[in-house]
Amino acid sequence: MLITQLKSKEVIAKLIKGKTFIINCHGCKEVYFPEHEADKLQKELSAEGNVIEKITRDYICSTDNLQVQLNKFMDKIQEADTILVFSCGVGVQTLAKSFEDKRVYSGCDTYPLPGFQGLTPQKFDCGQCGECYLNYTGGICPITACSKSLVNGQCGGSKNGKCEVDKNMECGWERIYRKLEKLKKLDILDYPVKIRNYQLPFEELPKDE
Amino acid sequence: MKLTKLFERGEFAITAEVGPPKGFHIDYLIDEINTYLKGRVSAVNVTDNQSSVMRLGSLATCKVLQDQGLISIFQLTCRDRNRIALQSDVLSAALLGIENLLLLTGDHTTLGDNPQAKPVFDLDSVSLLHMVKKLEQGEDLAGNPLEGDPPSFAKGAVVSPCSDSVDVQLIKMEQKVKAGAEYFQTQAVYEPEKFIKFMEKAKEFGVPVMLGIVIPKSAGMAKFMNENIAGISVPDSMIEELKKDKEKTKAGITGVEISARIIRECKDYCQGVHIMAMGWESKIPDILDLAGL
Ligand code: SF4
Ligand code: SF4
Repeated sequence: MLITQLKSKEVIAKLIKGKTFIINCHGCKEVYFPEHEADKLQKELSAEGNVIEKITRDYICSTDNLQVQLNKFMDKIQEADTILVFSCGVGVQTLAKSFEDKRVYSGCDTYPLPGFQGLTPQKFDCGQCGECYLNYTGGICPITACSKSLVNGQCGGSKNGKCEVDKNMECGWERIYRKLEKLKKLDILDYPVKIRNYQLPFEELPKDE
Repeated sequence: MKLTKLFERGEFAITAEVGPPKGFHIDYLIDEINTYLKGRVSAVNVTDNQSSVMRLGSLATCKVLQDQGLISIFQLTCRDRNRIALQSDVLSAALLGIENLLLLTGDHTTLGDNPQAKPVFDLDSVSLLHMVKKLEQGEDLAGNPLEGDPPSFAKGAVVSPCSDSVDVQLIKMEQKVKAGAEYFQTQAVYEPEKFIKFMEKAKEFGVPVMLGIVIPKSAGMAKFMNENIAGISVPDSMIEELKKDKEKTKAGITGVEISARIIRECKDYCQGVHIMAMGWESKIPDILDLAGL
């Protein structure tokens, strides 16, 4: 069971530049999604910025399903400068991979709730770290794509783009650097030192009842 | 004494790395250091369970070296300790009079001789630098005040100038400088042209860089490093040189010649040299002589 929580409006407002396409993901029973708050926030964003479309779909974490669902919006998506996704970390990563040359940002943080885990088979993995880093990393999850779950860049062990732990595994941070390079967003890594918070605020989150 | 004092005085700093044994008897190590390194190097690095192989601790070994009148550099990785243990060990270092740190992420546990161990990585090289900086400012990572005067260190970090992605190395180097790195020791360099090119950009950060040297012991070792060690590439011509006169290579003469040559070609572009002899500490004086240091 996962919980997604909205990032603050200030954080999101800083991310969206130019024409923005918003995608919400509902429908998955494994994820609690803050529908009301998201709707309110998106209305505010639309009033202040250039939101060219806002859609709600389900199971965007499945690549095939996603393609079908987005088919009739392709023109608008191509036109957009930013795709803003409100879903769990897996959904955001699926979008980022499907639209490699777009700036795909996450509007949510994903937390774990003990208990049953999702059933949907997925190509991407979210470690439910509670402070989604995808907006700094070109939509590639550093928690699950890096063997050490590093959040301040690559370690010294990557060789020929592979991870020091497994020569058959691509180094997650190498992928992040190359992706950001492609998006001309390498400068985004110039962020203050990041330190993970393992004290997940379970008690502050809404309970799934 | 802090290593940074040497750089401030414009001196060319020389450091050498030693690895504690798998056991707690270090008389032979002390003998080696006293015979070959004392008086020749400015400070001695002590590795922290290098390559994730469990050994005697870096902190205790540093203290023993200090007692011998040497200046030590305490290497600290994020592999085995969470932020509580890291902060505590840094304070312990201050208590023991250790003033130089080299702060690293650390190799993954699976690379070593206890591959079943839990990899920690609560922090990484960048956040570890930040952590020490906060302690120096009188508070811990969570913002709780320290009692008494805060500690003060020369904070070092590493960089790989001959990595296959130099751009990435420079980004990371800048992050480390911003987080508080005051000097760098590099991964082994075998291609002076690459190093010099790297330094053209790295010098903009205004932080001293010490050229890393790993003495090439054999053609086999060079090939092994090419295939397995990140940030190292030994050119074919050098491998040929090691192959040419097997006796000479075995005696260590070729390795000493190559190392001294790299230092001579690079020393005008950096602020010091860091020699990782890996058991060949006895060759260090020859290298320094031949390099004119
Ligand atoms: S950074 Fe990774 S683990 Fe953390 S919420 Fe985002 S997708 Fe999930
Ligand atoms: S090599 Fe890359 S993926 Fe592997 S631990 Fe280092 S940064 Fe992470």
